[in-house]
Amino acid sequence: MNETLADYAARHGLRQSAARPPLPKYLKSVWARRNFIWAFASAKNVSKHSDSRLGQVWQVLTPLLNAAVYYLIFGLLLKLSRGVPDFIPFLVTGVFLFGFTQRSVTSGSKSVGDNLSLIRALHFPRATLPLAYAVVELQQLLVSLFVLFAIILAFGEPLSFYMLLFVPILLLQLIFNVGISMVMARLGAFNRDITQLLPFVMRTWLYASGVIFSLPQLMERSDLLKNHAWLGALLEANPAYVFLELSRYVLLGEYRGYVQSTLGVTSVTHLWLLAVGWSLVMLIGGFVYFYRAEERYGRG
Amino acid sequence: MAVADTKVRGAIEIDPNREPIVVVDDLHIVYRVFGAGGKGNAASALSRIVRRQHRPTMTEVHAIKGLSFVAYRGEAIGIIGTNGSGKSTLLKAIAGLLPPHKGGVYTDGQPSLLGVNAALMKDLTGERNIVLGCLAMGMTPAETKAKYQEIVNFAGLKEGFIQYPMRTYSSGMGARLRFAIAAAKTHDVLLIDEALATGDAKFKNKSKRRIEELRKEAGAVFLVAHQLDVVKETCDRVIWVDEGRMHMDGDPEEVIAAYTEATGK
Repeated sequence: MNETLADYAARHGLRQSAARPPLPKYLKSVWARRNFIWAFASAKNVSKHSDSRLGQVWQVLTPLLNAAVYYLIFGLLLKLSRGVPDFIPFLVTGVFLFGFTQRSVTSGSKSVGDNLSLIRALHFPRATLPLAYAVVELQQLLVSLFVLFAIILAFGEPLSFYMLLFVPILLLQLIFNVGISMVMARLGAFNRDITQLLPFVMRTWLYASGVIFSLPQLMERSDLLKNHAWLGALLEANPAYVFLELSRYVLLGEYRGYVQSTLGVTSVTHLWLLAVGWSLVMLIGGFVYFYRAEERYGRG
Repeated sequence: MAVADTKVRGAIEIDPNREPIVVVDDLHIVYRVFGAGGKGNAASALSRIVRRQHRPTMTEVHAIKGLSFVAYRGEAIGIIGTNGSGKSTLLKAIAGLLPPHKGGVYTDGQPSLLGVNAALMKDLTGERNIVLGCLAMGMTPAETKAKYQEIVNFAGLKEGFIQYPMRTYSSGMGARLRFAIAAAKTHDVLLIDEALATGDAKFKNKSKRRIEELRKEAGAVFLVAHQLDVVKETCDRVIWVDEGRMHMDGDPEEVIAAYTEATGK
């Protein structure tokens, strides 16, 4: 018998058991699991608070407390508002939307490690896990948005058609989050040190993204940024800043007026382009990056 | 007839009349095991990194040492051997969860491994686990709904338990539910690692029948078990693995008799 076992296997159409499927087939199988993604996210959200007394109330309470803490420190104690009109809606919008991306990153990095028993028991495309975790965060954000709109309306912001532009912004941010949580999922799956490091990275990112201050205003006032134009450009290209600033621009009429008249920023087209660019690059890049290690998740 | 063909040590004979579903070709598996290293304090860990040393207690374990065999469609293969002989490692390798160090595993379709480890999603109720498990295996919501009652009946949990989180289940209950979920779908290759060991007599009979059905649906079933009577009743071929090598392969009666004689003393 000259034929080796490997040839024999190939002749009968058997494939290496640890190989990943080709990309188009993989995409198809992820799409076929869309019900799983949604059901998994909902189940996670329900179980998250199931052992605390207040239960689901925490979904609303957590963002509210967050906003309150930042207001107390940066609004009242440090008086950082410096002429930004309606500072509280400004701050709350920033805190909630940054939290959306922040939580997608942190939970995405655990999405593979926390589900090893599922990964080892059943066979399914692993990309559904970071996807589901991004959807969990979306569902949480939708709850926080009620709080956000209540605050915005309470501060006398009139409802306008301009606000409808918030929907595409949110969609772009979601796409960006999906992409970044895929990247984090692969990093976190093979390198547990990431989870120790992430809080510091995320805090730095938060302070650099204009969550608690207005970047256009800072650029107007800071000599450092005036002298080093590239630094300003870098801060403006930061995806978190792009999504935050656009959201504030469309949601808060007072802030829009302030940016336009006082700071002389008349067009936000470049922000829109950046938002679209960031989300597409992140989604495609993140998906491919995650996919390339598909057969290695859950090993060991 | 296949029995006589396959009872060969070393070289593998192939039955040309049957369709293979799993081919294991001179498989070697080497594990890396990491232990708590050094003195376990920050200073020693840092000096280790600075000196670019590997984690100190990293050892390599050669768990499977050149195993070859061919499994055909419709077979139920029992794998026996003493603790640490490499049975579970072999199943993990067939499932694609452990990369081969040398050689390879070739399968038709995607093998599914049922292990002894805890729940699927331990914080979720049995109900949710069923639905999510079915959806993850690629069923549509309609199919999931249709299968749901069947799975609940098959798992045969005590009244009300299906609405409790799976972390409250006993090991037997968890294993039953997991088996019921995985068995709801036809698998090309189903690998069962001691998953039936914790079940009671009634459940064993039920799962035996289900394994029989899965086999008829043209797949192959691998079963690792220490209870030799279970293996004898469910399988039509038995592989005895010893120290990561093939010791014997063939008819259940014969292999089990030889195994009992070797280990019984």
